[in-house]
Amino acid sequence: MANTRLVDRVGTASGTLAILLLAVGLYLGLAVAPPDFQMGDVYRIFYIHLPSWFGVALAYLTSFVASILYLFKRQPRFDQWALAGAEVGVVFNITGLITGSLWGRPTWGVYWTWDPRLTTTAIMLVTFAGYLVLRGFLEDPEARARVSALVAIVGFFNVPIVYYSVKWWRTLHQQPSSPNTVDASMVTPLRVMGFAFLCLCTYLMCRRYALAEAESAAEREDLQMGVANG
Amino acid sequence: MTELRRIWIVVWKDALTERRTKAAFNAMAFFAGLVLLIFAFAIGPDIPVSGPAGQGLLEYIAPGLLWVAILLTGVLALGRSFQVEMENGALEGLRLYPGDRRAIGAGKIIANVLTLVAMEALVVPIAGILYSIDLWSKLPALAGVFLLATLGFAAVGTFYAALTANLRAREVMLPLLLFPVMVPVVLAAVKATFLVLNGDLMGELSAWVRLLVVFDAVFVTVCTLAFGFVLEE
Repeated sequence: MANTRLVDRVGTASGTLAILLLAVGLYLGLAVAPPDFQMGDVYRIFYIHLPSWFGVALAYLTSFVASILYLFKRQPRFDQWALAGAEVGVVFNITGLITGSLWGRPTWGVYWTWDPRLTTTAIMLVTFAGYLVLRGFLEDPEARARVSALVAIVGFFNVPIVYYSVKWWRTLHQQPSSPNTVDASMVTPLRVMGFAFLCLCTYLMCRRYALAEAESAAEREDLQMGVANG
Repeated sequence: MTELRRIWIVVWKDALTERRTKAAFNAMAFFAGLVLLIFAFAIGPDIPVSGPAGQGLLEYIAPGLLWVAILLTGVLALGRSFQVEMENGALEGLRLYPGDRRAIGAGKIIANVLTLVAMEALVVPIAGILYSIDLWSKLPALAGVFLLATLGFAAVGTFYAALTANLRAREVMLPLLLFPVMVPVVLAAVKATFLVLNGDLMGELSAWVRLLVVFDAVFVTVCTLAFGFVLEE
């Protein structure tokens, strides 16, 4: 029980922090930071776009690590963390792809290009969406946890290989942004938004984990009722 | 040594079943031929490629079409390889084999490579005839590319086929899980096939072959090692 309370407390704290940081970050990014010298105000979507990918990284990494831990420890809570990570990751992945497309249209002239980063993130989305679909088809909780853990691990291993293979195939995306390539006046709002999204991601994962825990408790209860009633 | 023998026994069992029933092979061969025909209908045989090549569009994009046909067909064969084990509790029997379960995984992978190679040996000449590709002078290099790509395809495909064999919706789930992981293999195989067929002026072929080798090494290892977890009761 103590464990659950810690998760809930972390969830509430990171959720509160996320709201504060989002407010500050959006104000800094939309009102204070100067327009880009080439892209004008359009670039401001970047304060949502890049932080979304931070969330994706944190969430999928959680899912990957939890899946490995599940295979070796066989505790349901690792499976619940893996589910929470995959589901929150898919949400941020979709956000990242949509904001990227909206940004790509005015700056590159197209919504979509076959650039390594775009292609890899799309494949990542399909992989983890497949993971979530798969879970829906497996009824036995232990088989579900084991099979989906294997799928998450292999899917995660595949990401760098897809990235490099598509990179050889073609390349167009601008260099990834880092504090060195971004003007100082834009770094602060970006950092704030980055932390805001990480907090938001943590908050969502904690809540999703608690939900998964409740679901599996309900599942067990159903099973016991079924056994008791013959 | 005993491990190798275990692997061999699984391969032999699968090859024998397939030789006697020809269930997977017959279905695959006709399906693949049909897919190649459909592509020809969808694209049309008469569109020229702009440029000096003098090729038709169909001939030019043949490597891509060929690999899509192989992927769609192969997924049927891979799905079958564990579906047959679900009947009459055959998988239980396999689990009872003494020794390491990873041997079963390795054996299944090799058996699937054999089935897929047999299918390709039929499909590639058919594609050559239908799309008027000049294959014969390039067969050795082509065979190398196909073997490497097929190994990676079979390794990952066998792994996911085993994971999804129990599901009601396995026909949907197998490609849904498998195709995203196949992206590097498809990219490399199509590029390498294209370079073999059309000449490798820039010397790019070795990079794609290397990608296939790396993919095979990573996924044959990961999938074989993980097979102990896959076959758990």
